[in-house]
Amino acid sequence: MAGGAVEGVDSLDRVSDRISTADVSKVATLARLTLTDDELATATTELGAMLDHFAEIDALDLDGVEPMNNPTNLVNVMRDDVVGETLDRDEVLAAAPMAEDDRFRVPPIIGLDD
Amino acid sequence: MSNEIPEQATMIAEAVRFGTVSASQVLEEHLARIDTREAEIHAFNLVLADEARERAAEIDSIVAEGRDPGPLAGVPVALKDNLCTRGIPTTCSSKILGDWKPPYDATVVKRLSEAGAVAVGKTNLDEFAMGSSTENSAFGPTRNPHDTTRVPGGSSGGSAAAVAAGFAAISLGSDTGGSIRQPAALCGTVGVKPTYGAVSRLGLIAFGSSLDQIGPFTHTVDDAALTLEAISGHDPADSTSIERPPLDLRSKLMMGAAGLRVGRVTDLPAGASPDVQQRLDEAFDALAAAGAEIVDVEVPAFGYGLTAYYLIAPAEASSNLARFDGVRFGARTSAPDTNQMYMATRTDGFGAEVKRRIMLGTYALSAGYQEAYYGRAQKVRRLIANDFAAAYANVDVILTPASPTVAFEVGDKASDPLAMYLCDTYTIPSNLSGDPGMSVPFGTGDHGLPVGVQVLAPALQDHTMFRAAAELERYVQSQQEGALA
Repeated sequence: MAGGAVEGVDSLDRVSDRISTADVSKVATLARLTLTDDELATATTELGAMLDHFAEIDALDLDGVEPMNNPTNLVNVMRDDVVGETLDRDEVLAAAPMAEDDRFRVPPIIGLDD
Repeated sequence: MSNEIPEQATMIAEAVRFGTVSASQVLEEHLARIDTREAEIHAFNLVLADEARERAAEIDSIVAEGRDPGPLAGVPVALKDNLCTRGIPTTCSSKILGDWKPPYDATVVKRLSEAGAVAVGKTNLDEFAMGSSTENSAFGPTRNPHDTTRVPGGSSGGSAAAVAAGFAAISLGSDTGGSIRQPAALCGTVGVKPTYGAVSRLGLIAFGSSLDQIGPFTHTVDDAALTLEAISGHDPADSTSIERPPLDLRSKLMMGAAGLRVGRVTDLPAGASPDVQQRLDEAFDALAAAGAEIVDVEVPAFGYGLTAYYLIAPAEASSNLARFDGVRFGARTSAPDTNQMYMATRTDGFGAEVKRRIMLGTYALSAGYQEAYYGRAQKVRRLIANDFAAAYANVDVILTPASPTVAFEVGDKASDPLAMYLCDTYTIPSNLSGDPGMSVPFGTGDHGLPVGVQVLAPALQDHTMFRAAAELERYVQSQQEGALA
């Protein structure tokens, strides 16, 4: 049977050597998420189990196989450069957390972190 | 009064167009059912009773004036709450969108409205469409109308339950890895993921952009065909939508199965429970008896679909969900600077499964790992598409289970992400290949719960898929009539 995708689910109570808590911590930062110590431990176990399961494709010979990005093999789709209908600015800004002077408002961007 | 209201969308539209019932009467019947059972099922995040009453009255006045109210005249429709509705909250069942009200309607919402449908509400889902049980909702789980101790499937569980409970005649969902077909199977409705690009996704909040498709839940195959004919066709505002006219499906439903070549996958991944397998065998027999030729085919890479999918879909999700940062949409958690605000907003706003997938996707795309995970998964995706293409050289359609099991109990798989992912074993490959797939209700399995048989076809052969599905439905109806006789 190809892949054994349904059978052979890895146990979640085993820590994988494929990913460490330091890796997960880095990934969380990249994804702009904060994890508690407990969440970090759980995420490391869960992601490790998944990566162990996904290792089933490690043995496949994929040399020369063209990667598939999307089913229709579209590249760029361009339209004529003509003015069309746009969203109503007030309606868009009304749905944002904060707006000021017809723009999205955010807290200070520099100066507090360093 | 309620006896006069038909269940099927095709019959509702016909009755409303001919004036034998009014759109308002149809709507009131459905709202009454929502009043009775919604508290135990929780199909909806929001019921739009006032808006729907206004719209139904409009349809009735169009009929009264002798104008054409459209092919879906007066049909109550429920919309998955990841479809944008102008001025009406659209939540993705996530806290992060807060009370965000989209500034535009999704193309499918517009097209349904133009066809005369009446939107009755926004349905619950697994947060951002990530899940197979509708338990991962910030607003609590949806229950299966056939047994409220069980899940409706997911992620479009609210849309499936809304049709199964008779709250709406049709509903729309989205399917990234099975999120229409699996809940359709578990709730005993028809559920269709059309060919990738057949239906515009403008206004569908993106999860996995190379995989997502919108499709209907309905009581019958004909209703699904009617709905898809109304919502499909090119949309210049979605660059991934195929430049073709709307799908032509209803004209193919009576063609029968004679001469149809139906594939049986001999190397299908194991895991279907015996009751589901028994129904699948019966479906092959039914089509053979109707004149189809059953042909054994191999799809060697089928079993690798789950792995390829759970690298590609989270990778795309991690990118798509980067836009939820507390700047433009809905909720924000205040913090002294922008970077801390991003972190606080996303940490507070996303649920556990969404965070899990964002982290998995971020990891699969991160420096040093991208080629080993995302890159290899894209190559496996190509193998799967090639294997299906080779199989379709010899068959017109393929039958598989839609879900490995009937509906499971609420809480059963909630603590084991991998076990939950396995629910989509049979549906995922067609998202990867971009081919259409649909679940057709096909009797019952364990505990008397619905079983769905999945019909698959090559891209742009949605009409052939519907032809086979209609034959399976006729078989089920003949069995039911036989049992009553």
